[in-house]
Amino acid sequence: MAKMMPLDEIITELTEKYAQQLIRVEESIDAAIRVQAQQFFQVVKELKEEYGLDFLADLTAVDLEDGSLRGIYHLMSWKPYHLLRVEVDTSGENPWLPSLTELWPAANVQEREAYDMFGIVYDGHPNLTRILLSEDFEGHPLRKSYVIKSRRK
Amino acid sequence: MAVNSKKQEVLDPVEEQVKRNIIMTTIEQALDYSRAHSFWPVTFGLACCAIEMMAAGGARYDLARFGYEVFRPSPRQSDLMIVAGTITDKMAPLVKRIYDQMPEPKYVIAMGSCAISGGPFVDSYHVVPGADTFLPVDVYLPGCPPRPEALIDALLTLREKVKNPKVVMETHG
Repeated sequence: MAKMMPLDEIITELTEKYAQQLIRVEESIDAAIRVQAQQFFQVVKELKEEYGLDFLADLTAVDLEDGSLRGIYHLMSWKPYHLLRVEVDTSGENPWLPSLTELWPAANVQEREAYDMFGIVYDGHPNLTRILLSEDFEGHPLRKSYVIKSRRK
Repeated sequence: MAVNSKKQEVLDPVEEQVKRNIIMTTIEQALDYSRAHSFWPVTFGLACCAIEMMAAGGARYDLARFGYEVFRPSPRQSDLMIVAGTITDKMAPLVKRIYDQMPEPKYVIAMGSCAISGGPFVDSYHVVPGADTFLPVDVYLPGCPPRPEALIDALLTLREKVKNPKVVMETHG
């Protein structure tokens, strides 16, 4: 069963366990951790199965404008109520993150959206194709480097 | 029996009834008149303009007063396409297909600034800059979104256009 403990203690426990690969995000108002991509899947699995953060509330990404992308995940627990943000950085040239579809089937469409908009390749995703934009669309429009061509007549 | 007192001329009662009750016209004009007074719009919406379109069809604005409330779920039974909302690149082929499935004669109203020109999304990455890039639009209805009264006005404008196919309408600009 999930450990019933405050979110702060969960984060402390994880930062001790993954000393080199996981940090607490201090500048954030909300509780947040930043993980390296190699340990990301293991950490999220642990959060789900051992700490009871078993609800994937949101999955998105952001372009950091320094040549790298960041995957953003919001994990929730209902009892006790926790909301934890998990951040994981990846390179902008060859963006790669592990897929969470194994843990949450709902991650399927959200990872496709992040792939569509940012071009992040989710390793292990069963059907990583464009979801919002048309199949022949070129580029990933939410990247800061994407140039929008005006189509005014 | 009607009697013209000055000339003391007596009209034939049958002739008088004909003058009173029968309008002589051409079959084309009769058809245009009928078409103009009972558009059957195809039921589909693309964005928030569709909400205003639904309001126009509802009890408060009551499009049925003009005979236009029969929104058909099949394009095969429709003769009017109200393009109500933003057309994205992904949706455009499907809008075109619905239009192609409608039998002639058929008309198109571009409702709202998105359907006219792309609206606020004209400089976006996946929005078609206006329905007239791939459909023959009859009436442009500006607004973001237009109120139901404006949609009714657009339908009445289209009514005049259909009734007088050779006259360029100037009253509605």
